[in-house]
Amino acid sequence: MPDWKGEIRQRLAKLTLEPARESEIVEELAQHLDDRYRDLRAGGAADEQATRAVLAELSEGGWLARELRRIERQVSAEPVVWGARKINMMGDLRQDVRYGLRTMLRQPVFTGVAVLALALGIGGNTAIFSLVNAILLRQLPFRQPEQLVWVSARRADSGKYPFTLPDFIDYRDQNRSLDGIAAFANWSANLTDRGDPERLQGLRVSANAFQMLGVEAVVGRALLPADDTPGQERVVVLSHGLWQRRFGADPQTVGKTLTLNGAGYTVVDVLPPQFFFPIRETELAIPLAPDSDPWRGVRTSVNFLRALARLKPGVTREQAEADLTAVAQRLRQQYPVANAQKLGVTLSPLHEEVVGNFRLALWVLLGAVGVVLLMTCVNLANLALARAVARHREMAIRTALGATRRRLVRQLATESLLLAGLGGAAGLLLASYGVDLLLALGPASLPRTAEVGVDFRVLGFTLALSILAGVAFGLAPAWRATRVSLNDELKESGRGGAGGARQSRARGLLVVFEIALSLVLLVGAGLLAKSFLRLQSVDPGFEAKNVLVIRLSLPKAQYPNRAAAAAFYEKLRPRLSSLPGVETVGVVHALPLSGVFASIPFTIEGRAMAPDEAPRADYRLVSTGYFRALRIPLLSGREFNERDRAQTGSVALISRSLAHRYWPSTNPLGAHLMIDDNDQGPRPVEIVGVVGDVKHLSLDGEPAPHIYLPIHQTHEDAVVWLTNNQYWLLRTAVDPLTLSAAVRREIQAVDREVPASSIRTMEQYLAASVAPRRFNLWLLTVFAGAALVLAGTGLYGVMSCGVAQRRREIGIRMALGAQAGDVLKLVIGQGMAMTLGGVALGLVAALGLTRLLTSLLFSVSATDPLTFLATAWLLMFVALLACWIPARRALKVDPMVALREE
Amino acid sequence: MTHIDHRMLDRELKKGSAELMILSLIEARPRHGYEISKLIEARSGGALSFHVASLYPLLYRLEKRGWLEGRWVEKAGQRRRRYYKLTSDGRKVLAAQRSNWESFVAAIHRVTRPEHA
Repeated sequence: MPDWKGEIRQRLAKLTLEPARESEIVEELAQHLDDRYRDLRAGGAADEQATRAVLAELSEGGWLARELRRIERQVSAEPVVWGARKINMMGDLRQDVRYGLRTMLRQPVFTGVAVLALALGIGGNTAIFSLVNAILLRQLPFRQPEQLVWVSARRADSGKYPFTLPDFIDYRDQNRSLDGIAAFANWSANLTDRGDPERLQGLRVSANAFQMLGVEAVVGRALLPADDTPGQERVVVLSHGLWQRRFGADPQTVGKTLTLNGAGYTVVDVLPPQFFFPIRETELAIPLAPDSDPWRGVRTSVNFLRALARLKPGVTREQAEADLTAVAQRLRQQYPVANAQKLGVTLSPLHEEVVGNFRLALWVLLGAVGVVLLMTCVNLANLALARAVARHREMAIRTALGATRRRLVRQLATESLLLAGLGGAAGLLLASYGVDLLLALGPASLPRTAEVGVDFRVLGFTLALSILAGVAFGLAPAWRATRVSLNDELKESGRGGAGGARQSRARGLLVVFEIALSLVLLVGAGLLAKSFLRLQSVDPGFEAKNVLVIRLSLPKAQYPNRAAAAAFYEKLRPRLSSLPGVETVGVVHALPLSGVFASIPFTIEGRAMAPDEAPRADYRLVSTGYFRALRIPLLSGREFNERDRAQTGSVALISRSLAHRYWPSTNPLGAHLMIDDNDQGPRPVEIVGVVGDVKHLSLDGEPAPHIYLPIHQTHEDAVVWLTNNQYWLLRTAVDPLTLSAAVRREIQAVDREVPASSIRTMEQYLAASVAPRRFNLWLLTVFAGAALVLAGTGLYGVMSCGVAQRRREIGIRMALGAQAGDVLKLVIGQGMAMTLGGVALGLVAALGLTRLLTSLLFSVSATDPLTFLATAWLLMFVALLACWIPARRALKVDPMVALREE
Repeated sequence: MTHIDHRMLDRELKKGSAELMILSLIEARPRHGYEISKLIEARSGGALSFHVASLYPLLYRLEKRGWLEGRWVEKAGQRRRRYYKLTSDGRKVLAAQRSNWESFVAAIHRVTRPEHA
């Protein structure tokens, strides 16, 4: 019988029907023609005659093709893979999803690994993005936050200086560009009623501050400008956290009276939960009441006020800055001595002020974790490419059954999107824990942490990330997997390989890319690590080991003057000294690296200074044992001793840098400083010794010149600084923290009303001072480690797949006499070639990118050659390991077995 | 007299009555394409014949309209064949077409019958 199918196909060829549809039509028509032919033959026609008749009927003026074209075009272009008949997007999708789920269940290991890897990648990204979103992207929780600015005095030596109270009042009253300006100052309080006494960090704040910011009270009323008037009832505002923690969120708290520093304050307000003070631990605020402040009229007093302002509508920051600077100039003319150095005023956006320190670090971390996700996708893409090879047969069969390429790509894309979706969902779950972990590990100075959480933007980010990830690792392999040609399929299987050279090249390129990415992260982490190590080895000027630090605050009511404060010291010191394990006891009013800042103006007696020189130094009120407790070296002269009393001559110690600056070649001992720590004007103190420099503000800064005064000679006007804040330091022979309970007991024995809520070691303060750096380093190291593992496994995957594919080649080589060394060289050489390519690419990329890190580094160049080299070597070592295992496997190839497999 | 749908009439005239014949032939039971073509030829006494090139496009068109449904049926010891079955939509269409057709034929007949003086 003639080959009707060929004849039919020929006539249908131009229609380019879907293969499945075409073969169906061909089969049906061929049967018809068979029957027709048989009947014609049965009716007596000869073979040739019957054939001709049948073909004539088939042709009939091209009718068949013409009609079918019209009909079949309307019928869908898309026969469905598994025999469904209609075009149905949703139906197809359901089918794809079902099929995808089945495929995933059939390969639980691949699915598990992929979902876990994606969950970690997407979870990490979501967690970091939650921080970026809450801290950097979201507006500050105030009314029209873009109009809020941070106001600082500008001096020749610093653009951001606090204000004295009289200066603040002048700026408040004389500016023409601000809708409001509010000042605040640190203030801490001992809460002594209701249970255990507790020391709370608070603020004195201009009573208009909350109205200016646009913050509404949760319960009660906000502070009102009237609260600043002298003689008003004492009122206090609680943070949401304190209200919940200490008062069980009881609405009745408002209206109650709290005993703070021995005085009664009425609670008028609880602030909203997302409200934050400029200092994170701040839990309450009282009105600044500037008019009743003792510093009200003292131009030369301590600069202790920070200020916020709201610009008038339509006024730019530059205009306001010019306006306030004009006020500063007037004040400078009016008070040529006190305001000599106050050149102007700087305004910076409040948002920048709050989050600026963390901006770069957060973006870098987001970038790093993004790279990790990208590498996860690359690895999955590689894995999927390997599977695509394995699924080649499936694709070939489905194509033969009539599936179009687009349909297959869609099916495969659905599978990867399903994986990514599952990964994303799991990632979101992980992220919610991750965020808690980040906040727990994050530095205490990290702002706006109360606002961190999952919102629509974070959800959208995660969703977009999941889809991107799914597309990234799924689409390319899908495209490749579906480039099925039956011919190629036959040829490939004839060669015994599973995947062509092109496929291997694509996977090799992905690995090169991956190695480059991981090198960039490793270099970044390496630079941060080196900075951190450098910072750790910085000499802070004291010995932090085995020092216990107890922070105390004496209630103002009971300790109003120097005598009372001294009496407390005299009672507590012997008790603590006699505790077993305690070697030395010292007291300081502002602990190094605790973030407390204290400075005073001074002059040198008998030395003329230019009026605009007005030198300032950090100063510390310290007790006799302070230098020994911290092991700050005495360089010359003597330390304070028990004979330095209120009645004896005023003495001071200065730091080495101060001595160097003003007595570069002579001996400062015996000279007198005029220090300005009181209302009556500068008073003389005699320099009796020089001590070593101490890094008080931060480890990465230069040590500032210091003046030390004995606590017993604290001026009455400055006693409040001492009683507000005093740090007791115990140098111990034992683990310092084991003494905590005993220390607390002794303090209680001296005065029940004095709380000792903060007992920490000096090492903890030291660690806290580098916490932001540690946080960055820790995260970037985790990400870089993940990148290293991903690069290693990626390379390993490609190498082992390559070895599996080349079993036969290796077998033949060995049969022809190749030695183990030759085979190793072959395999490892190939892997290391990829690695070197990746390392070269990575080094170039890192050179460009690490510059961004510059401000996060400390005494390390962004292109530090040692770090670059070391990380490159580390990466190559890991790569060598990743190649070694497949290479060993290649050695075990038995030539006979490999050849017989054909 | 039944009303004649003029559009329908027009289309039937253009396309002939092939659809009506096919639907009628599978009304009683499903049949495959060759069987349908043989029945048309046999029942019309050889006056009408549908060859492969015109029959199958028509079948596919009707199938696409949802009037009939083709299904591959395997019988023991035979090749599988595609049988066409009338759908419920097809059944309604058939009834309508049949009555249209009868009206049409009757109308033609009335017009064309010889006049007796």
